Amino acid sequence: MTVYLLRRLFQSLLVLVAMSVIVFVGVYAVGDPVEILISPDADQFERERAIRALGLDLPLWQQYLVFVKNALQGDLGRSFVFSEPALQLILQKMPATLELAFGAMFISILIGLPLGLYAGLKPDSPGAKVIMAGSILGFSLPTFWVGLMLIMVFAVQLGWLPSTGRGETLWGWSFLTANGLSHLLLPAINLALFKISLVIRLTRSGVRETMLMDYVKFARAKGLSPARVTYVHVFKNILIPVVTVVGLELGSTIAFSVVTESVFAWPGMGKLIIDSINVLDRPVIVAYLMIIVLMFIVINLIVDILYSVLDPRVRLEGQA
Amino acid sequence: MSDVTLDKAPVAPKEETPFRRFVSEFMASKIAVGGLLVFSIIVVVALLAPWIAPQNPYDLGQIDIMDGRLEPGEVGGSGITHWLGTDDQGRDMLSGIMYGLRISLTVGAGSALIACLVGASLGLLAAYAGGRTDTVIMRLVDLQLSFPTILAALMILAFLGKGIMNVVIALVIVEWAYYARTVRGSALVERRREYIEAAQCLALPTRRILFRHLLPNCLPPLIVVGTIQVARAIALEATLSFLGLGVPITEPSLGLLIANGYEYMLSGKYWISFYPGVALLVTIVSINLMGDHLRDVLNPRLKK
Repeated sequence: MTVYLLRRLFQSLLVLVAMSVIVFVGVYAVGDPVEILISPDADQFERERAIRALGLDLPLWQQYLVFVKNALQGDLGRSFVFSEPALQLILQKMPATLELAFGAMFISILIGLPLGLYAGLKPDSPGAKVIMAGSILGFSLPTFWVGLMLIMVFAVQLGWLPSTGRGETLWGWSFLTANGLSHLLLPAINLALFKISLVIRLTRSGVRETMLMDYVKFARAKGLSPARVTYVHVFKNILIPVVTVVGLELGSTIAFSVVTESVFAWPGMGKLIIDSINVLDRPVIVAYLMIIVLMFIVINLIVDILYSVLDPRVRLEGQA
Repeated sequence: MSDVTLDKAPVAPKEETPFRRFVSEFMASKIAVGGLLVFSIIVVVALLAPWIAPQNPYDLGQIDIMDGRLEPGEVGGSGITHWLGTDDQGRDMLSGIMYGLRISLTVGAGSALIACLVGASLGLLAAYAGGRTDTVIMRLVDLQLSFPTILAALMILAFLGKGIMNVVIALVIVEWAYYARTVRGSALVERRREYIEAAQCLALPTRRILFRHLLPNCLPPLIVVGTIQVARAIALEATLSFLGLGVPITEPSLGLLIANGYEYMLSGKYWISFYPGVALLVTIVSINLMGDHLRDVLNPRLKK
């Protein structure tokens, strides 16, 4: 087990290093930040001073080494645009994104579980067919367009909910104030749409499989009420895999919040990265990508470890 | 073959080939046929856009900024009725959508095709060669699949910049792994069959065994994945273009048309974003309906 863990850890480290090189070289190749950041009226002397101040005069490999050395000390460079440390800039925006992502995951379970349960218990009813057709739609609908339509209907036509921004925040969180919560609702539903479909499908197939299990048959034979069989015996057993999968989706939810944040002008990490790409704010792009890559590596590592704990076959393969 | 009478022999029922069986099973589902029909119409409209569109939305001589933001059904200064309204530049939305479909479909289908070629070849190779080749290719696949597609595409486009070719490259890079995994899975099963052994005994070249013997037998799951991936590619391209990282403004796809209408939507001018979105949605749903049914038809486990 320890050997396997060490090996996985080493692999993750390799991926991180490889990604840092790819990200750095890739972002370096995007255009010349000097053209964008330094006024065209600046004379030769001012230009050179600015280039030196930004560290753009060094050869690429030296810039990379400086970047790695600083990155290990938690310094991912200063934003060209905001002249603030890139890491700090991103961490400031992180609560907004996390709030949105967790809100979306909460909604997806709240809506997806009951619908999936119904569709699994009565697979041939018209209601179940509508739910399953709806879940295909949920997979097909482009997130950004649904976001626009939500704004159009609930913000512009009906005027029930605000269209953009975070609203009032308490200690940096929107969901603690009524006004903030009303701002959070539409983007969270938008981001949740895809996950709702996922939860419906997972729950439905889980229920259909569980209903055939011997312990369910036994519980029925014992004379328990159908409600007790459903909510205690079946529900408990499908809850764990569904919640696990939704938890594992945290990473992709955060990634997809790029789209939702752009639509709803939600001031999170995703909106920051799109804005930064558009003005070629290189340190922020690099810092964002490194943070996301790190997050994914950690999530994947946890998944692999969990699997190897739960499934001994994986462990044996790792040692062979 | 010289025996002509054999062809004319009174064999009333047509010989059942796997292809014919596949076609008749596909036709059995009304939903799938509906999807095919709608998708065919969309393709024809996109192909014929230069001849059937009310105006050429790229020709500055044909559009008049005085016609800007007309509501659906209004008649513009040039006498054209704008059934779906006009955008801020005075472009007819219906024409814009027809031309936009061309770009969305080309990018979606083109990238899916290239990704399929790359992915299927690598998947076949991994399954057939095994050992170290297999490990390296599958580690790459794992790495690719562990990152969300939108993020990987974003990263690639941040490096490459805008442009249709760059979007295609980004989509190929994020999609090939799905094909590789699918083909490897079925190829691993097929390569143990006798006909592969027979081909090896005949000392056929490896390339011939891979592409003439192994690949045709791995096609069914590949077709399913391919269909679904075309829809995903179209959606992803639209998303990237909406974010301003996809196609350039001179060649607007559906995603970019939707993005153009974003700022006007808050003032109630919904049509600039709404109708391109409907076109996008109908395209994606029709492909998904076909794919969903193909999965049932081509999956031997569901056969009774």
